[in-house]
Amino acid sequence: MGQFILRRIGLMLITSICLTFIVFFLTNLFPNLEKLAKTQGNFRMSEAEVTSFLEDRGYLQPLPVKYGQWLGVLPGYIIEGKDGTIRGKCIKPGMQLKDATKFCGVLQGDWGFSTVFKDDIGKLVLIRLSLTGKLMFWVMLLMIPSALIIGILAGMREGSRTDRTLSTISITTTATPEYVSGVIFIAVFSSTAFGLKWFKGTATKAMEDANFENFFLPVLTIALYGMGYIARMTRASMAEVMTAQYIRTARLKGVSFTNIVMKHALRNALIAPFTVIMLQFPWLLNGVVIVETLFNYKGFGWVLVQAAGNNDIELLLAVSAVSVVVVLLTQLISDIGYVYLNPRISVT
Amino acid sequence: MEALTWAGILSRMFYQLIPVWIAMIAMFSLSIYYKRNLGLYGKLFDSKIGMIGFAIVMFWVFVGFFAGALDMISTHDPLSQVSGMKNKVPGTPFRGAEEGDYAFYLLGGDHLARDVFSRVMDGASIIIVIAPLATLFAFMVGITLGLPAGYYGGKLDTLLSFLANLILAFPVILLFYLLVTPEIRMTGLPQYMAIFLFSFPILFFAVLINTRYYIEPQKRNVLMFIVVGILGYLYISLINEPGTKVTLFNAIDGFDVPGGLLTVFVSVVFVNSPTVFRIVRGLTLDIKTRDYVSAAQTRGEGAWYIMLWEILPNARGPLIVDFCLRIGYTTILLGTLGFFGLGLDPESPNWGATINEGRKLLSIYPHPALPPAFALLSLVLGLNLLADGLREESLKD
Repeated sequence: MGQFILRRIGLMLITSICLTFIVFFLTNLFPNLEKLAKTQGNFRMSEAEVTSFLEDRGYLQPLPVKYGQWLGVLPGYIIEGKDGTIRGKCIKPGMQLKDATKFCGVLQGDWGFSTVFKDDIGKLVLIRLSLTGKLMFWVMLLMIPSALIIGILAGMREGSRTDRTLSTISITTTATPEYVSGVIFIAVFSSTAFGLKWFKGTATKAMEDANFENFFLPVLTIALYGMGYIARMTRASMAEVMTAQYIRTARLKGVSFTNIVMKHALRNALIAPFTVIMLQFPWLLNGVVIVETLFNYKGFGWVLVQAAGNNDIELLLAVSAVSVVVVLLTQLISDIGYVYLNPRISVT
Repeated sequence: MEALTWAGILSRMFYQLIPVWIAMIAMFSLSIYYKRNLGLYGKLFDSKIGMIGFAIVMFWVFVGFFAGALDMISTHDPLSQVSGMKNKVPGTPFRGAEEGDYAFYLLGGDHLARDVFSRVMDGASIIIVIAPLATLFAFMVGITLGLPAGYYGGKLDTLLSFLANLILAFPVILLFYLLVTPEIRMTGLPQYMAIFLFSFPILFFAVLINTRYYIEPQKRNVLMFIVVGILGYLYISLINEPGTKVTLFNAIDGFDVPGGLLTVFVSVVFVNSPTVFRIVRGLTLDIKTRDYVSAAQTRGEGAWYIMLWEILPNARGPLIVDFCLRIGYTTILLGTLGFFGLGLDPESPNWGATINEGRKLLSIYPHPALPPAFALLSLVLGLNLLADGLREESLKD
């Protein structure tokens, strides 16, 4: 087991290095840098001005060198600009050249400086992540129990009317992407046209003070899309377990139906949904971006949109590094959990 | 003129959609009458769920066809802005209607005073062309790479699986933001990706024909010439566009795809193909242990013959089901792109962009955002139900 985890972590490191390098490459293409220079400086810069702006700030070094500096395995650049000021990757605003450290990259815990938010990225991402964490906590709390209950009720008696109704509901929720359900919810529950006004159409206030009125709609919107999928997986796995021999034996012995479901079937039926729930994380990340944009909740997904829209290179790198690690970690957890839950499978 | 009531709006919409109803009735009565001779397609009509799903999907296909190709269903031009119709509620009479103008905005006007009904109907024609086509390309890529990965295994499998997992670990929206921007388009990167990805269908059909007819070289050569010629011509027309980085074939360029559309297309194919790859690889791993594969190996058939003519036909059931589901997923992805204002021209009536524009005034005027939202929802739901029905029926075999 230890060796398996070690190997997976090694693979994870390689994957995240590859992915951040791809993001690095795409954000550092010249037209992107040009756009960055123009939004940072001014929009009427000539081509020569753009080049010298980029050169002074170390953007025109060779790609592997820049990547090494970002990672913290190569010393940060120190360039004397054409205007006479000395700029360095490790020289923060208001810092002298002699105070600066030699290396400053991700490995040193320095994620860089956001050009959009004018703030330290490590701090910024952490704050936004905690906001998204709050959102995700409530999503999980709503999504997982309801999905499991729907799936179990549907799979318990395959083909019954309950099964068909619940299956149709779960198919419908998987067919409703967040931007559709969110828009419908806002229109129905918070617009003047329908006049219900039960909930708030924006979740900006929920960042400091979340309550049912301003936080329920975003949570429900994310939860619904994932819920149908998990419910269908649970149903399939439950239906399969219910046809197993040991269930029939239990029935013939006269065990009550409730007992069969609760004590005999449930344990085995929950193995498959567990991995599915874990693998839902990357999808939920998508939902988070859409919902945070739609409800104007300034969390991690909102930052992703801001960073990508303004080509804030270092922020974008930090965001993608974090999300890639989240995705890979959940894959690892799902694999390990699968082995623990299902004694028939061994990794060695 | 009086504004219409909801009953009036619905009956007028029903009347506008008459060509669609006729086409659907014709199709369903023919299909049900001949269902015993139509294979899996005919069996679909035995399953209630599958039939409902198929009806919804065909509804949008016909709407897209009649609105897009024949210009029949829309009541107004989806792009023209009419003064005095801004944010008007459904059923508002058309201001300054002249002879030949339709007298109402059936589903109201959006924030730029365009007709919502016409925009939704014309939006269908965009989706029903792009989504299946992009899915088809993704399947070509996934199948062409997944078959050898599963069949040969070893280093090739490790490498391809690693690459597929790499792409799958990327958050989709981040990838779109990185690929579908005007700046990236200037570098020509989407076109290079198109050159790579769109070569797979040609490769696929070339190998398909070669493995089948290599004992009859003459027949093979003729077929190969025709198929590769047509596909090659389409391929060159697709990737080549004057005024960009790929202009090598300007002389024989048949048609131009707007740069934004090509980029969207490429990124959707790129995002979808790793998943298809994994499915095909898994199916191949399973099927290659069967007896008929060993029989073919003993006969001395080539590896590619076995993959394409023994394994692939036997994997068709799950693949067809996944194809339906994946079209739905692609529709959602295209909507996501429109929602973030990426790629497709924001003026164009694609559903995602219409939802995005409608959401800005959602709490006061919900009517421009709701029709495209329900349209997208119903199409994806139809595809999911169709896939469910197909799965049920193909399991009965």
